[in-house]
Amino acid sequence: MIKIVDLYKSFGQKYVLRGVNLNIERGESMVVIGGSGSGKSVLMKHIIGLVKPDRGNVMVDGRDISRIDEKGLYETRKKFGMLFQGAALFDSMKVWENVSFVLMRERKISSEEARKIAIQKLKMVGLDGVQDLMPSELSGGMKKRVGLARAIAHEPEILLYDEPTTGLDPIMADAINDLIIQMNKRLSVTSVTITHDMHSAYKIADRIAMLYSGKIIETGAPDEVKNTENPVVRQFITGSAVGPITGAPMLMQ
Amino acid sequence: MKFIELIGRYIIRFTGELGNVLILLWYTVKQTLVPPYEIKSVLKQIIEIGIKSLPVVLITAVFTGMVMALQTYTGFKRFNAESMVGFAVALSITRELGPVLTGIIVAGRAGAAMAAELGTMRVTEQIDALETLATSPVKYLIVPRFIAGLAALPALAVVTDIVGIMGGYTVTVGFFGASSATYWKKTWDFIELEDIYFGLVKAGFFGACIALISCYKGFYSEGGAEGVGKATTGAVVISSMTILISDYFLSAWMFR
Repeated sequence: MIKIVDLYKSFGQKYVLRGVNLNIERGESMVVIGGSGSGKSVLMKHIIGLVKPDRGNVMVDGRDISRIDEKGLYETRKKFGMLFQGAALFDSMKVWENVSFVLMRERKISSEEARKIAIQKLKMVGLDGVQDLMPSELSGGMKKRVGLARAIAHEPEILLYDEPTTGLDPIMADAINDLIIQMNKRLSVTSVTITHDMHSAYKIADRIAMLYSGKIIETGAPDEVKNTENPVVRQFITGSAVGPITGAPMLMQ
Repeated sequence: MKFIELIGRYIIRFTGELGNVLILLWYTVKQTLVPPYEIKSVLKQIIEIGIKSLPVVLITAVFTGMVMALQTYTGFKRFNAESMVGFAVALSITRELGPVLTGIIVAGRAGAAMAAELGTMRVTEQIDALETLATSPVKYLIVPRFIAGLAALPALAVVTDIVGIMGGYTVTVGFFGASSATYWKKTWDFIELEDIYFGLVKAGFFGACIALISCYKGFYSEGGAEGVGKATTGAVVISSMTILISDYFLSAWMFR
């Protein structure tokens, strides 16, 4: 469904992606792990065409999203729904207007009907009675849920989750994990999640890929990744301060 | 050598930014012509830029007209030309003060608001969210502000013209006791339609500049709260400078 081939991206002198290759099959839940600043967000922005690569391709359903014209890009984006790290709700609109944003713009349905659909989507993510609130009146966890309701409102085929559990308390984080699993099953979507939360990764992934030094250095099922021999991946998943990522001698000083 | 380097760097930066603004202008104009037309958003922005600026524009206009009359009356009296005060006030307001003062007030009020709003949307990823929801942020955010700026400024300038002239009249007739009939007669005898018309064209140009520059600064802001602050300051400063500098060249071209 999504095929990333030899992707390169740099910002000025900073090389972020240096030849990323990754295949994401239809219907699977792929989790990309990696440290802060490893380029996970940049990779995700390439998948939905927010950033153009210096080299390489991102194929979505056989179309190269990095090389198509604007009209084609917006058409392809209709296949996607994305949950942002900070939810990125439109703060000038009520919750229900956020959720039904695309429906009202694209499908030209009445605001009454859009409101009904929004309430139904909000119920799907476990929210009731918040439709008339403004985003500023919601807690972090509620914002993420509204963001998720907005992402699924137009019934996309692919869902992208940008650090879905970051900034939430452990219980709310686990509730979001459950919600992601539930959404993926119920809507039978392909999903790509980027995170550094290993508990979340093990729980929601069909496959995990690790991004390090601008490349995917390991791909496998959660159990395979857990038992990997790769010292870089081992250090990351065990959360050790000493190892090849940080460089032991530097930390000893 | 360092000084020349510094100038060179500024010129390169200025040229680059100007190029980016022109690209955004081209993109905005293109998106303006493509349906769906954002009529509701345009009306909302006209209220923000036009109606909500009205009180401050009115106050500025009336006092500007009054002080213009005060100064020209005392000045013109020296060579017995008091009868021309009405014309002098009308000419300065319709040609220059109306469009320029309105432009600077709107740049400070609405331009700052535009840059801050779009800047906040950028740093909180709301602009990226629009993209992922298959909505062009230029069409959704910039086009309505651009059209509203283009439409609201001439309307505000008309108000400034009328209120400014009325302010001048109040001082000349009410305070100095000049003849009301002479004030109006001299104004209508000498003022030409093109004085008003060119003034309004300038106002439209300033409105488009304010919207475009402020949106550009907000849209491409980066670096959190500090970045939004810089974008807002930049929007007001650059818009005001653009108004004052372009005003000279437009005037030189229009009123030859």
